[in-house]
Amino acid sequence: MTAGSIAPKSVAPKSVAPKSVAPKSVAIVGAAETTKLGTIPDLSQIQLHADAALNALADAGLKPKDIDGIATAGETPVTLAHYLGITPRWIDGTNVGGCSFMIHVRHAVAALAAGYCTTVLITHGESGRSGIGRSRNVPGPSSLSGQFEAPFGPMGPPTLFTIPALRYMKTYGVTEEQVAMVAVIQREWAARNPRASFRDPITVEDVLKSRMIAYPFRLLMCCLVTDGGGALILTTADRARDFPTKPVYVLGTGESAETPMVSQMADFTSSRAFRVSGASAFASAGITHKDVDHLMIYDAFAHLPIYGLEDLGFVPRGEAAAFIGARNTAPGGKLPLNTNGGGLSYMHSGMYGMYALQESVRQMRGIAPAQVPGARISVCHGVGGMFAASGTVIMSNEAP
Amino acid sequence: MAEPKRARPEPTPETLHYWEGTRLGELRLQRCEACAHTYFPPRPFCPDCGSRQVAILQASGKGRLFSYVIHHRPVPGFTPPYSIAVVELEEGPRLMTNIVNCPQTPEALALDMQVEVVFEKLDDEITLPLFQPVKG
Repeated sequence: MTAGSIAPKSVAPKSVAPKSVAPKSVAIVGAAETTKLGTIPDLSQIQLHADAALNALADAGLKPKDIDGIATAGETPVTLAHYLGITPRWIDGTNVGGCSFMIHVRHAVAALAAGYCTTVLITHGESGRSGIGRSRNVPGPSSLSGQFEAPFGPMGPPTLFTIPALRYMKTYGVTEEQVAMVAVIQREWAARNPRASFRDPITVEDVLKSRMIAYPFRLLMCCLVTDGGGALILTTADRARDFPTKPVYVLGTGESAETPMVSQMADFTSSRAFRVSGASAFASAGITHKDVDHLMIYDAFAHLPIYGLEDLGFVPRGEAAAFIGARNTAPGGKLPLNTNGGGLSYMHSGMYGMYALQESVRQMRGIAPAQVPGARISVCHGVGGMFAASGTVIMSNEAP
Repeated sequence: MAEPKRARPEPTPETLHYWEGTRLGELRLQRCEACAHTYFPPRPFCPDCGSRQVAILQASGKGRLFSYVIHHRPVPGFTPPYSIAVVELEEGPRLMTNIVNCPQTPEALALDMQVEVVFEKLDDEITLPLFQPVKG
């Protein structure tokens, strides 16, 4: 996993007459991950941010001094501005977990449209595996979760994110085999991606024989823990064609939050944050589900794509597991999902949302390792915390 | 060397009545006097309508097993495998807990089975509400 940044293979010729773009629309003109993904003990967390940022700047043909708006999570925007030598006119430190970067995109669209800044850099970097220079923000014993969840022995996301799943499975009659199938199909996508951490094919039996972590979740139903980072550069769409990359337009966005304690989630079979964020994104993009060619749903655990497909409205409640089992989201299926291999097989540093965004950008540029032929619209949906928050970004390679 | 203990909650002014209750063997919820909403975790206003006119009520301590995981890795104060569960109380609110006094297996931990509170003293200040299957 030492491939470089995700520079486009080719750039659309400048001679093509630029389409007119909707007023105040925004495009992603730079996108890159860290040079390495996986185990990176020689880079600290802030340097992972910087490595991704420098790769994205190179991708867009920019220097740090060209950036006048920054957004990040994990590190503060202050730290990032200082470290990269940027003087921002607009900052956003929204940190609600792994979907923070989707929400940064949404906030950046508004800031660019309002004229608060002209060129936004969004960064992520996390030394999730090696723990080098990692800042930790664990709620204390007097916080709500410290008082009302921590005393009962949870140990991070594998014991918390997973708690609603049995209720879902009983409500809709979903089996462990069906949940395992999510991981099997995502491994099929990962096999097509040279940068994926795990590429060897797996079967449902392999998943159900892997080590039990927190019943009903076994090791292969849980995400990886790796090091890495990613960065995006956004500007107003009227400037997008000044850059060397194929512009990827932001059609619509959404965000929401529900609860810091998964035990207090209102409906254990559905995420309110997912529903609100997804509906906002579809409404603002002015598209329907039939328009979607490519989909990313943050998969920290195997049940997340099931909740996501339903809460975003792609399938009726209770039908997502069967939809996945029928290979609709697999290579060759009608709704390609998590085409990089996802958090289950590609990489997962802790705040995975940035990598989902990177894969949507690659698909819209037409340069993804498992490219969906002719894809025009991508929906990228993130979760933060344990069903705590959500952000959704809808992108297109066609100007709005 | 003392055995490692489970994470200990630190009460705040808004939650003190709850922890005083568990110490006395009571599971306390709050109820809005304006809209009748019963809620958890504790706070001195109604999360449904915003009213500050709220009262403390003693819950029955009975409910049903709503969802859970069985954790298989070691955590200070616990011997794996152990359940981390959410119980839905008769009064409506749900809370995280452990199901005790029964095998920690999927067969024994049937969703929707009736459970009742048992109080586990951690120290002089903190007593935790755990739940066990209702017998018969």
